[in-house]
Amino acid sequence: MPDIVMPDAPYDSEEMMTVAAARALKNGDVCFVGIGLPSTAANLARLTEAPDVVLIYESGCIGAKPDILPLSIGDSELVETADVVVSVPEIFRYWLQGGKIDVGFLGAAQLDRFGNINTTVVGDYGAPKVRLPGAGGAPEIATNSGEVFITLRQTTRTFVEKPDFITSAGYLTGGDARAKLNLPGRGPTRVFSDLGILEPDPVTKELTMVSLHPGVTADQARAATGWALKIRPDCGTTPAPTAFELDILRDMKARAARAHSRSNALSA
Amino acid sequence: MADITSLSSAIASLVHDGDKVAMEGFTHLIPHAAGHEIIRQGKKDLTLIRMTPDLIYDQLIGMGCAKKLIFSWGGNPGVGSLHRFRDAVENAWPLPLEIEEHSHADMACAYDAGAAGLPLAILRAHRGTDLPKYNPTIREILCPFTGETLVAVPSLRPDVAVIHAQQADKRGNVLIWGISGVQKEAVLSAKRAIVTVEEIVETVAPRANSIILPHWTVSAVCLVPGGAFPSYALGYSTRGNDFYKKWDAIARERDGFTAWMKRHVLETRDFAEHRASLAEPIHA
Repeated sequence: MPDIVMPDAPYDSEEMMTVAAARALKNGDVCFVGIGLPSTAANLARLTEAPDVVLIYESGCIGAKPDILPLSIGDSELVETADVVVSVPEIFRYWLQGGKIDVGFLGAAQLDRFGNINTTVVGDYGAPKVRLPGAGGAPEIATNSGEVFITLRQTTRTFVEKPDFITSAGYLTGGDARAKLNLPGRGPTRVFSDLGILEPDPVTKELTMVSLHPGVTADQARAATGWALKIRPDCGTTPAPTAFELDILRDMKARAARAHSRSNALSA
Repeated sequence: MADITSLSSAIASLVHDGDKVAMEGFTHLIPHAAGHEIIRQGKKDLTLIRMTPDLIYDQLIGMGCAKKLIFSWGGNPGVGSLHRFRDAVENAWPLPLEIEEHSHADMACAYDAGAAGLPLAILRAHRGTDLPKYNPTIREILCPFTGETLVAVPSLRPDVAVIHAQQADKRGNVLIWGISGVQKEAVLSAKRAIVTVEEIVETVAPRANSIILPHWTVSAVCLVPGGAFPSYALGYSTRGNDFYKKWDAIARERDGFTAWMKRHVLETRDFAEHRASLAEPIHA
């Protein structure tokens, strides 16, 4: 994919986004993983700096260590490498609602300045312009995980002033709005985009740019945001992906691409 | 007592027009062959229940079998949209589709409550989200002990549950291992249950953590090897990720979808013929 921001960099912006997200997981964290970019980032963390991170997929796979990145949350690769596999009611009730998850790792179609996520509809719910997949596990991951990381590309279509639907709660209208609901989890503490890293302001809870990826300017980030984006005065530059991180990531993705394009042989 | 019978006779006798039908399987063990048979037999006005509608309900919806969908995530995992589901919701094609939308957590609990014979499930869910505004079955309930506001949803009680499993024995005792999703809950919450299996064996040998559904909890067992494809059966096949990706193009346009369904489902007698027909070039 052509890269507008860093045309000459030895990596692309999606790789930068994935590496930045992977670095945020601490060794030993128990992480409830969404499919797609969150799963890629969480597995990159496991294969680099956080070998003991515990990856939980909503299909019931606890402690999955896939060699091949899954296309779905229930590929056999996850089952065969898991510490234990439990039923879907159990994963949501005992493990997520029961408070066993440190980090919920989510993607989104739309995100607002307070970290509220829309994955349900664009347009009116009753007569949608675009019907998106819906909630899945996300609303309860967003409220019942200790904290939430979010990863998605940053454009004026994804970072929006007002989402058409709140599928999963961030800080709602900001300030103490979330605190008033007495939710078990703290909410979204970090957002990783292809342009930088955002964190909520401690008081207003508005997502604020705290680190720009190499080569990205504050103006580019503002132009890609549907609200008046605040850049923290001490906003730094994200360290570029290392050769090691890129090797592991590319190797992982190449294995997945090969595996997912193989035709499934007729069984028995 | 389970009848060991053909899939076509099980669907003909146990699935009726207008039924609430839960075809479950969470990524793993999705009963695709049974979905095709419902389409071949032209069942109508079904209320389809399923956490992740997936390709199986994209096909049933696109072929006009459904009047209502109760679900919690309607996409093609890792690929994108379910185009037939979207076309039904966005444009009422081929028929208007009423939707009742939930989250995974509340739907899983609703099956569990159905299996437990309770009228409702209680959980900590949906706080701060918009879904309860559009789904009147998501309500609040006060904990009588702590005063905490919790969510209540009605339990799921399907007329028929349909699942795929690895094995059954000759009496119809069913064995499942690997990702078990909500299949046990779906079967135990339903009035009737159909199970397609990879293999019928002399006696099932339970493994650690495997699920046994005793023959007296199941109405019919049907031998359909590979009947989950493009989903999979652990120990027998792997997920047909390549087909999940191809489905995006097959289902994108109405004409291409209809032609594909005609050639590969309506004009095939059973799932084995369907699988054989896929070896031919796909016209998308």
